[in-house]
Amino acid sequence: MSQRIIGPFSRVEGNLELRLQIEDNRVREARVSSQMYRGFERMLVGRKPQDALVITPRICGICSVSQSVAAASALAILSGATPPPNGELATNLIHGCENLADLLTHFYLFFMPDFANPAYRDEPWYGEAAGRFRALEGEAAAEALRARAELLHLIGLLAGKWPHSLAIQPGGTTRSVDAGERLRLLSILRRFRAFLEKVTFGAPLEALVELDSAGQLQRWSQSPAVAASDMGRFLDLSERLGLSALGKGGGRFMSYGAYPQAGAHLFSSGLFSDALKVLDTEAIAEDVSHSWMRPAPPLHPRNGETQPLADRASAYSWCKAPRLDGQVVEVGALARQLVDGNPLALDLNATEGANVHSRVVMRLWEMARLLLAMEDWADALVPNEPFFRAGLSAPQEGEAVGMVEAARGSLGHWMRVRNGLIDHYQIIAPTSWNFSPRDANGQPGALEQALRDAPVRALDGENPVAVQHIVRSFDPCMACTVH
Amino acid sequence: MKTFTLLWLQACGCGGCTMSLLCAESPPLFDQLRWQGIELLWHPALSEASGASVRDLLQRLETGEQPLDLLCVEGAIARGPHGSGNFSRLAGTDRSMLSWVKALAGRARYTLAVGSCAAYGGVSASGGNPSDVSGLQYEGERLGGVLGADYRSAGGLPVINISGCPIHPQWVLETMMSLVRGEMVPEELDALGRPRLFSDHLVHHGCPRNEYYEYKASAQQHSQLGCLMEHLGCMATQAHGDCNIRLWNGEGSCTRGGYACINCTAPEFEEPGYSFLSTPKVAGIPIGLPTDMPKAWFVALSSLSKAATPARLRENAVADHKLVAPKIYTKKKR
Repeated sequence: MSQRIIGPFSRVEGNLELRLQIEDNRVREARVSSQMYRGFERMLVGRKPQDALVITPRICGICSVSQSVAAASALAILSGATPPPNGELATNLIHGCENLADLLTHFYLFFMPDFANPAYRDEPWYGEAAGRFRALEGEAAAEALRARAELLHLIGLLAGKWPHSLAIQPGGTTRSVDAGERLRLLSILRRFRAFLEKVTFGAPLEALVELDSAGQLQRWSQSPAVAASDMGRFLDLSERLGLSALGKGGGRFMSYGAYPQAGAHLFSSGLFSDALKVLDTEAIAEDVSHSWMRPAPPLHPRNGETQPLADRASAYSWCKAPRLDGQVVEVGALARQLVDGNPLALDLNATEGANVHSRVVMRLWEMARLLLAMEDWADALVPNEPFFRAGLSAPQEGEAVGMVEAARGSLGHWMRVRNGLIDHYQIIAPTSWNFSPRDANGQPGALEQALRDAPVRALDGENPVAVQHIVRSFDPCMACTVH
Repeated sequence: MKTFTLLWLQACGCGGCTMSLLCAESPPLFDQLRWQGIELLWHPALSEASGASVRDLLQRLETGEQPLDLLCVEGAIARGPHGSGNFSRLAGTDRSMLSWVKALAGRARYTLAVGSCAAYGGVSASGGNPSDVSGLQYEGERLGGVLGADYRSAGGLPVINISGCPIHPQWVLETMMSLVRGEMVPEELDALGRPRLFSDHLVHHGCPRNEYYEYKASAQQHSQLGCLMEHLGCMATQAHGDCNIRLWNGEGSCTRGGYACINCTAPEFEEPGYSFLSTPKVAGIPIGLPTDMPKAWFVALSSLSKAATPARLRENAVADHKLVAPKIYTKKKR
């Protein structure tokens, strides 16, 4: 058995290191390590509760709005604020825009460049794939960046800037739009739709969201326009390389529910394993047995601790290990759609389980569905009606949790306020769920499980390409993880 | 064209400056780099290479075997615990970012601190964070940082601080352009090491709420149209940056988005000593008045302009959409 350390691991957000035990050209065991500590949970203590809106977005420059929404949701509970309908729609638009940009960035800048990996240079498709998807120089990256920048004009208009906007408040948003601006929002969305339909999907969004089985997806991908699109290229490469056999998940999926709309969610909350179950967030606990943290029993985030301890021998990551009822769950677009009962996700999961293929397909699917929802939200805005309603009072005492779905999965902020100041703040980010180290029972985290048995080909050199596909299929964000 | 080599490192930060940089539009990031002849040797979020080939590159840069024109560092530098820097290691190298940054800054022709974290410590330095972070050449307002007050890159410049949380993409790209063209001289940096190309402006310049400011017609709560200085914590009259001239994400800025400028280009903005979105006052007068105006004059002019506020501004200032449109000028009827 040989050991291999991969790091720095590029094209993920943040500082990631992998330690692989390899035997018979397969990964036998993987250890996933976050190599950085940030300290936000400590910085927040002693501050005014509303300052969380300034500080927490800066946990992450790629899902800063998700952090904002989580903090604002907790503050809304503590201050009795309820956004007016426009405020809820605008928050969803801003949050949806970030998630959409994030899904796009992941596909084009982080995931697809793996097909330009020199390990594939003898494949018949290599030249074309490399020309299209090579990092920095590929033609797809340039096209996607332009579309992304133009899409983010929506946040420029509704929230001033991205990332690190302060527009999302417990009572709604700070920027109302007039009739002309509402039309501009619709135009921005229409322009992005044109990009997705022409370049990414080769089909109308409506056609993609109607697919309800793996077989249908396969037939759909054969149409000439789809085959010539970037999703078509991915589906073709995925089939040739057998990506549905890579990166098997553990089979338990969680979602907190995404995009509230008048008391319900666009994507519902729950726990999915064999069937859909109600999610009991009281069963969440963070284990620190393999983290560079002071030893403590698994604690619910309400009572969680963050006491870094750099020289702890049993530890190998700054990430804690969140568990639900003691068990590992996977979060992300696939999890969100399984929990929501999406027929395509259910069929993909039933036939092959969670894997590199199904994770990427459901991210692409979600881009289409999300954009359709955003068009409806922009359409439903009523100019000259309020976007913001102040809360009853500044939070003085109490505790609350804000739960949202970032592009990468479930994000929770647990906040406690005493005497008008933050007394306790704990964050569990999506990548903490997916990239956690082992727990006290020796149970590996979701990625550690998914890496088991990954093939390491002779051609691969130091960085096995299958391992790279698997890691990036989760779209990790290490900055969030180590908050 | 001769290439200009660039290495980008991410230390204790959120990656937001890179994410913002990707929003560059005219021209977009990759085109801009190519046209300037900048060869991106490695960027952790954008490059293909991982693992051993990156470690080899870093080693060649450290020994000087491969020349490095520009070192960009995003994120603050952790010195903890106990000065080891081990709160932030460069993955795969078993070595702290602190040690890498010191070594590579010693080789680079120019060193850029990208964002307020790398420049001054930023949000990472706030509150009870045990990671003990610092900026590259400043720790908050104090010159020094991890590279020391006397640090000069091989090209003879101190660390160039492109502050901001996050940076505006053009601040970075225009600074790079000026370096490539050999036009960046010490006189082009302000007293906090910031390129004057953006720091010689105030965020107040070009703010669409300036008419409200003139008459001290102030918003009382979020989403209202009035000036944000009197009640909602806005620092735009003191904050250095061209945010309202250059605009963000098409047509945005913080004050255009309806919330206060929190002066994120300044050292120690993360610890204002009061709650960010509220204005601290003494006897009803904001304590943070414009820096280059005598206080007494400001107070006198304010009370005068308040008395003269047109009804249109007074009403619109506390509304979330325009209630009163400007009057249409017509020539006197005969």
